[in-house]
Amino acid sequence: MPAPPSTPKVRTHPLGDSALLAELGTRLDTALNTRAIALAAALKKRRDVRQAVAGYASVTVHFDPDQTNYEALTTAIKRLASKRPPMAEPGRLHRIPVTYDGPDMEAVAAQLRLTPKQIVAIHTRPIYRVFLVGFVPGWAYLGPLPEELELPRRHVPRTQVPAGSVAIAGRQTGIYPLPSPGGWHLIGRTPVKLFLPDSDPPCLFRAGDRVKFFAQ
Amino acid sequence: MSEKLRVRKPGVFTTIQDLGRPNAIMAGVPPGGAMDRFAHRAANLLAGNDEGAATLECTLNGPELIAMESCLIAITGADFDPRVNGDPVPMWEGIFLHQGDEVTFAGRRSGARAYIAVGGGIAGDRWLGSMSTYMLAARGGMHGRQLMARDVISTAGPPSGPAISGRKLTRNLLPDYSNHQLQAIAGPHIRRLGAAGRKELFGSTFKVSKDADRMGYRLEGSGIDASGDELLSFGLAAGAIQVPRSGQPILLMADHQTAGGYPVVATVAGAAMPVAAQLLPGDRLSFTEVTIEAALRMRTAQRAALDSLVN
Repeated sequence: MPAPPSTPKVRTHPLGDSALLAELGTRLDTALNTRAIALAAALKKRRDVRQAVAGYASVTVHFDPDQTNYEALTTAIKRLASKRPPMAEPGRLHRIPVTYDGPDMEAVAAQLRLTPKQIVAIHTRPIYRVFLVGFVPGWAYLGPLPEELELPRRHVPRTQVPAGSVAIAGRQTGIYPLPSPGGWHLIGRTPVKLFLPDSDPPCLFRAGDRVKFFAQ
Repeated sequence: MSEKLRVRKPGVFTTIQDLGRPNAIMAGVPPGGAMDRFAHRAANLLAGNDEGAATLECTLNGPELIAMESCLIAITGADFDPRVNGDPVPMWEGIFLHQGDEVTFAGRRSGARAYIAVGGGIAGDRWLGSMSTYMLAARGGMHGRQLMARDVISTAGPPSGPAISGRKLTRNLLPDYSNHQLQAIAGPHIRRLGAAGRKELFGSTFKVSKDADRMGYRLEGSGIDASGDELLSFGLAAGAIQVPRSGQPILLMADHQTAGGYPVVATVAGAAMPVAAQLLPGDRLSFTEVTIEAALRMRTAQRAALDSLVN
Protein backbone atom coordinates (compact mmCIF):
# COMPACT_ATOMS: atom_id res chain seq x y z
CA MET A 1 0.00 0.00 0.00
CA PRO A 2 1.46 3.41 -0.85
CA ALA A 3 2.30 5.64 2.05
CA PRO A 4 -0.28 8.30 2.88
CA PRO A 5 0.52 11.67 1.26
CA SER A 6 1.24 13.26 4.62
CA THR A 7 4.19 10.90 5.19
CA PRO A 8 7.24 13.02 5.85
CA LYS A 9 10.46 12.23 4.02
CA VAL A 10 13.00 10.94 6.50
CA ARG A 11 16.62 11.94 6.11
CA THR A 12 19.24 10.27 8.24
CA HIS A 13 22.71 11.56 9.08
CA PRO A 14 25.48 9.86 11.07
CA LEU A 15 26.07 11.27 14.55
CA GLY A 16 29.36 9.45 15.04
CA ASP A 17 29.79 5.69 14.74
CA SER A 18 27.05 4.59 17.11
CA ALA A 19 24.30 7.19 16.77
CA LEU A 20 22.33 8.82 13.98
CA LEU A 21 19.93 11.71 13.51
CA ALA A 22 16.71 10.98 11.62
CA GLU A 23 15.08 14.22 10.46
CA LEU A 24 11.37 14.20 9.69
CA GLY A 25 11.18 17.89 8.81
CA THR A 26 12.42 21.35 9.65
CA ARG A 27 9.23 23.06 10.82
CA LEU A 28 7.95 23.60 14.36
CA ASP A 29 4.86 21.50 13.87
CA THR A 30 2.77 19.44 16.28
CA ALA A 31 2.05 16.70 13.71
CA LEU A 32 5.77 16.27 12.94
CA ASN A 33 6.56 16.15 16.66
CA THR A 34 3.85 13.51 17.21
CA ARG A 35 5.44 11.42 14.47
CA ALA A 36 8.90 11.90 15.96
CA ILE A 37 7.70 10.75 19.39
CA ALA A 38 5.96 7.70 17.84
CA LEU A 39 9.07 6.83 15.81
CA ALA A 40 11.29 7.12 18.88
CA ALA A 41 8.93 4.83 20.82
CA ALA A 42 8.95 2.25 18.00
CA LEU A 43 12.75 2.35 17.71
CA LYS A 44 13.24 1.95 21.45
CA LYS A 45 11.63 -1.50 21.24
CA ARG A 46 14.43 -2.77 19.00
CA ARG A 47 17.19 -4.74 20.67
CA ASP A 48 19.91 -3.09 18.59
CA VAL A 49 18.77 0.39 19.72
CA ARG A 50 20.11 1.60 23.05
CA GLN A 51 18.08 4.80 23.23
CA ALA A 52 15.95 6.91 20.91
CA VAL A 53 15.14 10.52 21.78
CA ALA A 54 12.62 12.63 19.91
CA GLY A 55 13.56 16.21 19.02
CA TYR A 56 11.11 18.78 17.65
CA ALA A 57 10.94 17.05 14.27
CA SER A 58 13.67 14.42 14.52
CA VAL A 59 14.82 11.35 16.41
CA THR A 60 18.34 10.83 17.70
CA VAL A 61 19.05 7.11 17.80
CA HIS A 62 21.88 5.63 19.86
CA PHE A 63 22.58 2.11 18.67
CA ASP A 64 24.83 -0.84 19.38
CA PRO A 65 27.31 -1.05 16.49
CA ASP A 66 27.93 -4.71 17.32
CA GLN A 67 24.31 -5.50 16.47
CA THR A 68 23.44 -3.15 13.62
CA ASN A 69 24.86 -0.40 11.44
CA TYR A 70 23.93 2.99 10.04
CA GLU A 71 22.58 1.65 6.72
CA ALA A 72 20.46 -1.11 8.27
CA LEU A 73 18.92 1.27 10.79
CA THR A 74 18.26 3.88 8.12
CA THR A 75 16.30 1.28 6.14
CA ALA A 76 14.36 0.28 9.26
CA ILE A 77 13.62 3.93 10.12
CA LYS A 78 12.30 4.68 6.62
CA ARG A 79 10.03 1.66 6.87
CA LEU A 80 8.76 2.62 10.32
CA ALA A 81 8.25 6.27 9.34
CA SER A 82 6.17 5.33 6.30
CA LYS A 83 3.61 3.63 8.52
CA ARG A 84 0.75 5.71 9.80
CA PRO A 85 1.67 6.43 13.40
CA PRO A 86 -0.65 5.00 16.04
CA MET A 87 -3.27 7.45 17.26
CA ALA A 88 -1.33 9.62 19.68
CA GLU A 89 -2.72 9.53 23.18
CA PRO A 90 -3.29 13.02 24.51
CA GLY A 91 -0.40 13.76 26.85
CA ARG A 92 -0.98 14.46 30.52
CA LEU A 93 -2.18 17.99 31.23
CA HIS A 94 -0.19 20.04 33.74
CA ARG A 95 -1.66 23.25 35.17
CA ILE A 96 1.17 25.56 36.19
CA PRO A 97 0.62 28.60 38.44
CA VAL A 98 2.72 31.61 37.46
CA THR A 99 3.39 34.93 39.15
CA TYR A 100 3.92 37.22 36.17
CA ASP A 101 6.49 39.60 37.67
CA GLY A 102 9.61 38.54 35.76
CA PRO A 103 12.50 41.01 35.45
CA ASP A 104 11.98 41.29 31.68
CA MET A 105 8.21 41.89 31.79
CA GLU A 106 8.43 45.67 31.32
CA ALA A 107 11.03 45.42 28.53
CA VAL A 108 9.05 42.70 26.75
CA ALA A 109 5.87 44.77 27.02
CA ALA A 110 7.64 47.80 25.56
CA GLN A 111 9.16 45.82 22.70
CA LEU A 112 5.86 44.15 21.82
CA ARG A 113 3.80 47.32 22.37
CA LEU A 114 1.55 45.44 24.75
CA THR A 115 0.70 45.93 28.41
CA PRO A 116 1.93 43.37 30.97
CA LYS A 117 -1.74 42.49 31.49
CA GLN A 118 -2.14 41.69 27.79
CA ILE A 119 1.02 39.60 27.86
CA VAL A 120 -0.38 37.56 30.74
CA ALA A 121 -3.67 37.10 28.88
CA ILE A 122 -1.90 35.92 25.72
CA HIS A 123 0.63 33.68 27.53
CA THR A 124 -2.07 31.90 29.57
CA ARG A 125 -4.39 31.40 26.56
CA PRO A 126 -2.99 28.29 24.77
CA ILE A 127 -2.51 24.75 25.93
CA TYR A 128 1.18 24.31 25.07
CA ARG A 129 2.72 21.09 23.92
CA VAL A 130 5.92 19.62 25.41
CA PHE A 131 7.90 19.24 22.17
CA LEU A 132 10.96 17.79 23.84
CA VAL A 133 12.67 17.39 27.17
CA GLY A 134 16.37 18.03 27.12
CA PHE A 135 19.22 20.53 27.11
CA VAL A 136 19.57 20.55 30.92
CA PRO A 137 17.87 18.25 33.47
CA GLY A 138 14.12 18.81 33.46
CA TRP A 139 14.08 21.52 30.78
CA ALA A 140 11.11 21.22 28.42
CA TYR A 141 10.65 23.12 25.17
CA LEU A 142 6.98 24.24 25.13
CA GLY A 143 5.09 25.75 22.23
CA PRO A 144 3.96 27.05 19.96
CA LEU A 145 3.94 30.47 21.61
CA PRO A 146 1.33 32.84 20.08
CA GLU A 147 2.87 35.03 17.36
CA GLU A 148 1.95 38.18 19.31
CA LEU A 149 4.67 37.27 21.84
CA GLU A 150 7.40 36.31 19.39
CA LEU A 151 10.75 37.95 20.19
CA PRO A 152 14.35 37.00 19.39
CA ARG A 153 16.51 35.90 22.31
CA ARG A 154 18.19 38.52 24.48
CA HIS A 155 21.35 39.93 22.91
CA VAL A 156 23.32 39.27 26.05
CA PRO A 157 22.32 36.07 27.88
CA ARG A 158 22.10 36.24 31.66
CA THR A 159 24.85 34.36 33.44
CA GLN A 160 22.40 33.20 36.12
CA VAL A 161 18.66 32.65 35.78
CA PRO A 162 16.85 31.50 38.95
CA ALA A 163 15.11 28.11 38.95
CA GLY A 164 11.38 28.40 38.32
CA SER A 165 11.71 31.35 35.93
CA VAL A 166 9.05 31.30 33.20
CA ALA A 167 10.53 32.52 29.95
CA ILE A 168 9.78 33.12 26.27
CA ALA A 169 11.90 33.21 23.09
CA GLY A 170 10.90 32.85 19.44
CA ARG A 171 7.77 30.68 19.21
CA GLN A 172 8.71 28.87 22.43
CA THR A 173 8.16 29.14 26.14
CA GLY A 174 9.72 27.24 29.02
CA ILE A 175 10.57 27.08 32.70
CA TYR A 176 14.17 27.03 33.98
CA PRO A 177 14.38 23.87 36.11
CA LEU A 178 17.73 24.73 37.71
CA PRO A 179 19.69 27.92 38.22
CA SER A 180 21.56 28.25 34.93
CA PRO A 181 22.71 30.76 32.32
CA GLY A 182 19.97 31.71 29.88
CA GLY A 183 19.11 33.97 26.99
CA TRP A 184 15.31 33.87 27.13
CA HIS A 185 13.08 36.70 28.34
CA LEU A 186 11.91 36.16 31.92
CA ILE A 187 8.25 37.09 32.33
CA GLY A 188 7.30 35.21 35.50
CA ARG A 189 8.06 32.53 38.04
CA THR A 190 6.45 29.35 39.31
CA PRO A 191 6.98 27.34 42.49
CA VAL A 192 6.41 24.09 40.57
CA LYS A 193 9.52 21.86 40.53
CA LEU A 194 10.38 20.53 37.08
CA PHE A 195 13.53 18.60 37.95
CA LEU A 196 12.78 15.86 40.47
CA PRO A 197 16.12 14.19 41.15
CA ASP A 198 14.65 11.56 43.45
CA SER A 199 11.87 10.46 41.08
CA ASP A 200 12.25 8.21 38.06
CA PRO A 201 11.98 9.74 35.51
CA PRO A 202 13.48 12.73 37.31
CA CYS A 203 11.37 15.32 35.52
CA LEU A 204 7.77 16.51 35.66
CA PHE A 205 7.17 16.90 31.92
CA ARG A 206 7.49 14.27 29.22
CA ALA A 207 7.51 14.78 25.47
CA GLY A 208 3.90 14.98 24.24
CA ASP A 209 2.49 16.29 27.55
CA ARG A 210 0.34 19.45 27.59
CA VAL A 211 0.88 22.50 29.75
CA LYS A 212 -1.54 25.30 30.70
CA PHE A 213 -0.26 28.32 32.61
CA PHE A 214 -2.51 30.35 34.87
CA ALA A 215 -1.81 33.62 36.65
CA GLN A 216 -1.79 33.47 40.41
CA MET B 1 30.79 -3.16 51.62
CA SER B 2 34.32 -3.10 52.83
CA GLU B 3 36.44 -0.03 53.54
CA LYS B 4 39.62 -0.06 51.45
CA LEU B 5 41.20 3.37 51.13
CA ARG B 6 41.21 6.53 53.22
CA VAL B 7 41.54 9.82 51.35
CA ARG B 8 44.34 11.92 52.87
CA LYS B 9 44.24 14.55 50.10
CA PRO B 10 41.51 14.52 47.46
CA GLY B 11 43.40 16.06 44.51
CA VAL B 12 42.15 19.00 42.47
CA PHE B 13 39.02 17.29 41.17
CA THR B 14 38.50 13.59 41.84
CA THR B 15 35.09 12.00 41.30
CA ILE B 16 33.59 8.52 41.23
CA GLN B 17 32.57 7.56 37.67
CA ASP B 18 31.32 4.46 35.88
CA LEU B 19 29.94 4.07 32.35
CA GLY B 20 27.16 6.58 32.95
CA ARG B 21 23.38 6.67 32.72
CA PRO B 22 22.48 6.51 29.02
CA ASN B 23 18.74 6.26 29.70
CA ALA B 24 18.59 9.49 31.70
CA ILE B 25 18.91 11.57 28.52
CA MET B 26 15.11 11.25 28.23
CA ALA B 27 14.88 13.63 31.20
CA GLY B 28 17.59 15.99 29.98
CA VAL B 29 20.15 14.46 32.35
CA PRO B 30 23.56 14.03 30.69
CA PRO B 31 24.74 10.46 30.12
CA GLY B 32 27.87 11.23 32.15
CA GLY B 33 30.38 8.57 33.15
CA ALA B 34 34.14 8.30 32.73
CA MET B 35 35.54 10.73 30.15
CA ASP B 36 38.26 8.26 29.02
CA ARG B 37 36.33 5.00 28.84
CA PHE B 38 39.29 3.02 27.54
CA ALA B 39 41.37 3.91 30.60
CA HIS B 40 38.36 3.38 32.89
CA ARG B 41 37.59 -0.06 31.46
CA ALA B 42 41.25 -1.09 31.44
CA ALA B 43 41.69 -0.05 35.09
CA ASN B 44 38.73 -2.19 36.09
CA LEU B 45 39.85 -5.24 34.12
CA LEU B 46 43.38 -4.94 35.55
CA ALA B 47 41.89 -4.90 39.05
CA GLY B 48 39.75 -7.94 38.28
CA ASN B 49 36.46 -6.05 38.06
CA ASP B 50 33.65 -5.92 35.57
CA GLU B 51 34.63 -3.09 33.20
CA GLY B 52 31.54 -1.11 34.18
CA ALA B 53 32.44 -0.93 37.89
CA ALA B 54 33.04 2.53 39.35
CA THR B 55 36.56 4.02 39.40
CA LEU B 56 38.07 7.29 40.60
CA GLU B 57 38.50 9.84 37.83
CA CYS B 58 41.36 12.11 38.92
CA THR B 59 41.68 15.39 37.04
CA LEU B 60 45.01 17.28 36.73
CA ASN B 61 46.59 15.52 39.68
CA GLY B 62 46.03 12.51 41.85
CA PRO B 63 44.74 12.05 45.38
CA GLU B 64 46.70 10.75 48.36
CA LEU B 65 45.24 7.47 49.55
CA ILE B 66 46.07 5.14 52.42
CA ALA B 67 45.18 1.44 52.24
CA MET B 68 42.96 0.50 55.20
CA GLU B 69 43.36 -3.15 54.28
CA SER B 70 45.19 -5.04 51.55
CA CYS B 71 43.70 -4.63 48.10
CA LEU B 72 44.48 -4.73 44.41
CA ILE B 73 44.37 -1.44 42.50
CA ALA B 74 45.21 -0.34 38.96
CA ILE B 75 46.09 3.14 37.69
CA THR B 76 45.52 4.09 34.04
CA GLY B 77 44.96 7.14 31.84
CA ALA B 78 46.95 10.33 32.42
CA ASP B 79 50.47 9.93 33.81
CA PHE B 80 50.66 11.76 37.13
CA ASP B 81 53.75 9.80 38.23
CA PRO B 82 52.09 7.38 40.67
CA ARG B 83 53.97 6.20 43.77
CA VAL B 84 53.41 3.66 46.50
CA ASN B 85 55.22 4.57 49.74
CA GLY B 86 57.23 7.05 47.65
CA ASP B 87 58.49 4.54 45.09
CA PRO B 88 57.38 4.82 41.45
CA VAL B 89 54.85 2.16 40.43
CA PRO B 90 53.85 1.13 36.92
CA MET B 91 50.63 2.23 35.30
CA TRP B 92 48.37 -0.05 33.25
CA GLU B 93 48.97 -3.05 35.54
CA GLY B 94 47.64 -4.39 38.80
CA ILE B 95 49.31 -3.15 42.01
CA PHE B 96 48.87 -5.05 45.26
CA LEU B 97 48.61 -2.77 48.30
CA HIS B 98 49.21 -3.88 51.90
CA GLN B 99 47.45 -2.29 54.83
CA GLY B 100 49.04 1.12 55.53
CA ASP B 101 50.53 1.55 52.05
CA GLU B 102 50.35 5.12 50.76
CA VAL B 103 49.40 5.93 47.18
CA THR B 104 50.57 9.35 46.01
CA PHE B 105 51.25 11.11 42.72
CA ALA B 106 54.42 13.12 42.21
CA GLY B 107 53.05 15.36 39.46
CA ARG B 108 51.50 15.51 36.03
CA ARG B 109 53.69 14.30 33.19
CA SER B 110 51.04 13.93 30.49
CA GLY B 111 47.28 13.81 30.01
CA ALA B 112 44.37 15.24 31.97
CA ARG B 113 42.60 12.36 33.73
CA ALA B 114 43.92 9.32 35.55
CA TYR B 115 41.71 6.43 36.66
CA ILE B 116 42.10 4.33 39.79
CA ALA B 117 40.21 1.04 40.05
CA VAL B 118 40.04 -1.01 43.23
CA GLY B 119 39.49 -4.78 43.23
CA GLY B 120 35.85 -5.39 44.13
CA GLY B 121 34.71 -2.18 42.42
CA ILE B 122 34.32 1.17 44.16
CA ALA B 123 31.00 1.64 45.93
CA GLY B 124 29.02 4.87 45.60
CA ASP B 125 25.54 6.35 45.55
CA ARG B 126 23.56 4.98 42.63
CA TRP B 127 21.37 7.50 40.81
CA LEU B 128 19.25 6.70 37.74
CA GLY B 129 21.12 3.45 37.24
CA SER B 130 24.67 4.75 37.61
CA MET B 131 27.20 5.62 40.31
CA SER B 132 28.67 8.42 38.17
CA THR B 133 28.97 11.72 40.00
CA TYR B 134 26.79 14.48 38.54
CA MET B 135 27.66 17.60 40.46
CA LEU B 136 24.97 19.87 38.97
CA ALA B 137 22.28 17.70 40.56
CA ALA B 138 24.50 16.68 43.50
CA ARG B 139 23.75 13.01 42.87
CA GLY B 140 25.74 9.82 42.33
CA GLY B 141 29.18 8.65 43.47
CA MET B 142 30.45 10.21 46.68
CA HIS B 143 27.14 11.89 47.64
CA GLY B 144 27.09 13.85 44.40
CA ARG B 145 30.35 15.69 45.06
CA GLN B 146 34.07 15.45 44.42
CA LEU B 147 36.25 13.61 46.94
CA MET B 148 37.23 15.39 50.15
CA ALA B 149 39.94 14.67 52.72
CA ARG B 150 38.93 11.92 55.16
CA ASP B 151 36.48 10.29 52.73
CA VAL B 152 36.63 6.50 52.78
CA ILE B 153 36.61 4.53 49.53
CA SER B 154 34.72 1.27 49.97
CA THR B 155 34.28 -1.58 47.57
CA ALA B 156 31.00 -3.18 46.64
CA GLY B 157 31.97 -6.69 45.62
CA PRO B 158 34.32 -9.47 46.76
CA PRO B 159 38.06 -8.74 46.34
CA SER B 160 39.80 -10.08 43.25
CA GLY B 161 41.67 -13.36 43.51
CA PRO B 162 45.49 -13.45 43.47
CA ALA B 163 45.50 -14.75 39.89
CA ILE B 164 44.43 -11.31 38.69
CA SER B 165 47.44 -9.42 39.99
CA GLY B 166 49.68 -10.36 37.05
CA ARG B 167 47.48 -8.57 34.53
CA LYS B 168 49.22 -5.94 32.47
CA LEU B 169 48.39 -3.93 29.38
CA THR B 170 51.35 -3.47 27.07
CA ARG B 171 51.97 0.04 25.72
CA ASN B 172 51.43 -0.90 22.09
CA LEU B 173 47.81 -1.79 22.88
CA LEU B 174 47.01 1.67 24.29
CA PRO B 175 45.39 4.46 22.30
CA ASP B 176 48.06 6.85 20.98
CA TYR B 177 47.50 9.55 23.56
CA SER B 178 50.31 11.74 22.20
CA ASN B 179 48.67 12.03 18.79
CA HIS B 180 46.02 14.76 19.04
CA GLN B 181 44.52 14.11 15.61
CA LEU B 182 40.96 13.10 16.40
CA GLN B 183 39.19 10.95 13.84
CA ALA B 184 35.73 12.35 13.14
CA ILE B 185 32.75 11.45 10.98
CA ALA B 186 30.99 14.16 8.93
CA GLY B 187 27.81 15.20 10.73
CA PRO B 188 24.24 16.28 9.95
CA HIS B 189 25.08 19.89 9.04
CA ILE B 190 28.42 19.43 7.26
CA ARG B 191 26.90 20.82 4.03
CA ARG B 192 26.62 24.26 5.65
CA LEU B 193 30.39 24.59 5.52
CA GLY B 194 31.21 24.56 1.83
CA ALA B 195 34.62 23.52 0.55
CA ALA B 196 36.59 26.17 2.43
CA GLY B 197 34.84 25.55 5.74
CA ARG B 198 35.27 21.82 5.38
CA LYS B 199 38.97 22.33 4.80
CA GLU B 200 39.10 24.55 7.87
CA LEU B 201 37.36 21.88 10.00
CA PHE B 202 39.41 18.92 8.78
CA GLY B 203 42.66 20.70 7.95
CA SER B 204 43.39 23.31 10.58
CA THR B 205 44.60 23.16 14.16
CA PHE B 206 42.40 24.12 17.09
CA LYS B 207 43.36 25.04 20.61
CA VAL B 208 41.42 23.87 23.66
CA SER B 209 40.25 27.07 25.41
CA LYS B 210 40.09 27.54 29.17
CA ASP B 211 36.38 26.74 28.85
CA ALA B 212 36.93 22.99 28.96
CA ASP B 213 35.32 20.64 31.45
CA ARG B 214 33.30 17.43 31.66
CA MET B 215 30.46 19.08 29.69
CA GLY B 216 32.56 19.99 26.69
CA TYR B 217 35.50 21.92 25.30
CA ARG B 218 35.22 25.25 23.60
CA LEU B 219 37.85 25.27 20.87
CA GLU B 220 39.69 28.22 19.37
CA GLY B 221 40.47 28.35 15.68
CA SER B 222 40.33 30.81 12.82
CA GLY B 223 36.55 30.45 12.72
CA ILE B 224 34.09 28.23 10.87
CA ASP B 225 30.99 29.65 9.24
CA ALA B 226 28.13 27.18 9.68
CA SER B 227 25.40 29.83 9.51
CA GLY B 228 22.05 29.13 7.97
CA ASP B 229 18.44 28.82 9.04
CA GLU B 230 17.78 28.43 12.77
CA LEU B 231 17.61 24.74 13.60
CA LEU B 232 14.98 23.06 15.72
CA SER B 233 16.57 21.50 18.79
CA PHE B 234 17.50 17.85 18.47
CA GLY B 235 19.13 15.14 20.59
CA LEU B 236 22.93 15.25 20.84
CA ALA B 237 25.69 12.71 21.43
CA ALA B 238 29.11 12.84 23.09
CA GLY B 239 31.78 13.67 20.52
CA ALA B 240 29.49 15.97 18.53
CA ILE B 241 31.23 19.11 17.22
CA GLN B 242 28.80 22.02 17.42
CA VAL B 243 29.44 25.30 15.65
CA PRO B 244 27.64 28.28 17.22
CA ARG B 245 27.44 31.66 15.52
CA SER B 246 30.83 32.69 16.91
CA GLY B 247 32.41 30.09 14.60
CA GLN B 248 34.42 28.62 17.48
CA PRO B 249 33.48 24.93 17.72
CA ILE B 250 32.38 23.12 20.88
CA LEU B 251 33.30 19.46 21.35
CA LEU B 252 30.70 17.74 23.53
CA MET B 253 32.05 15.49 26.29
CA ALA B 254 30.50 13.10 28.85
CA ASP B 255 28.30 15.59 30.75
CA HIS B 256 27.08 17.29 27.56
CA GLN B 257 23.72 18.99 27.21
CA THR B 258 21.30 16.40 25.85
CA ALA B 259 19.68 18.58 23.18
CA GLY B 260 20.57 21.74 21.31
CA GLY B 261 20.03 23.68 18.14
CA TYR B 262 23.54 24.54 16.97
CA PRO B 263 24.71 22.89 13.73
CA VAL B 264 26.68 19.66 14.29
CA VAL B 265 29.30 19.49 11.55
CA ALA B 266 31.04 16.28 12.64
CA THR B 267 31.23 13.79 15.50
CA VAL B 268 34.46 12.40 16.95
CA ALA B 269 34.75 8.61 16.61
CA GLY B 270 34.01 6.78 19.85
CA ALA B 271 37.49 5.25 19.80
CA ALA B 272 39.09 8.71 19.59
CA MET B 273 37.22 10.04 22.62
CA PRO B 274 39.80 8.64 25.09
CA VAL B 275 42.42 10.88 23.45
CA ALA B 276 40.02 13.84 23.57
CA ALA B 277 39.38 13.12 27.27
CA GLN B 278 43.10 13.60 27.99
CA LEU B 279 43.30 17.13 26.52
CA LEU B 280 43.71 20.25 28.65
CA PRO B 281 43.24 23.97 28.00
CA GLY B 282 46.07 25.13 25.73
CA ASP B 283 46.49 21.73 24.03
CA ARG B 284 46.26 21.70 20.26
CA LEU B 285 44.20 19.23 18.27
CA SER B 286 42.93 18.63 14.76
CA PHE B 287 40.16 16.61 13.21
CA THR B 288 40.72 13.99 10.52
CA GLU B 289 37.70 12.91 8.49
CA VAL B 290 37.10 9.16 8.54
CA THR B 291 34.31 6.89 7.40
CA ILE B 292 32.03 5.12 9.88
CA GLU B 293 33.72 1.86 8.87
CA ALA B 294 37.18 3.21 9.73
CA ALA B 295 35.87 4.49 13.08
CA LEU B 296 34.41 1.07 13.86
CA ARG B 297 37.70 -0.65 12.97
CA MET B 298 39.40 1.53 15.59
CA ARG B 299 36.68 0.54 18.04
CA THR B 300 37.24 -3.16 17.29
CA ALA B 301 40.98 -2.78 17.86
CA GLN B 302 40.39 -1.11 21.25
CA ARG B 303 37.91 -3.81 22.18
CA ALA B 304 40.50 -6.48 21.33
CA ALA B 305 43.09 -4.74 23.52
CA LEU B 306 40.69 -4.78 26.46
CA ASP B 307 39.65 -8.38 25.77
CA SER B 308 43.31 -9.41 25.85
CA LEU B 309 43.25 -8.60 29.58
CA VAL B 310 40.49 -11.08 30.29
CA ASN B 311 41.44 -14.00 28.05
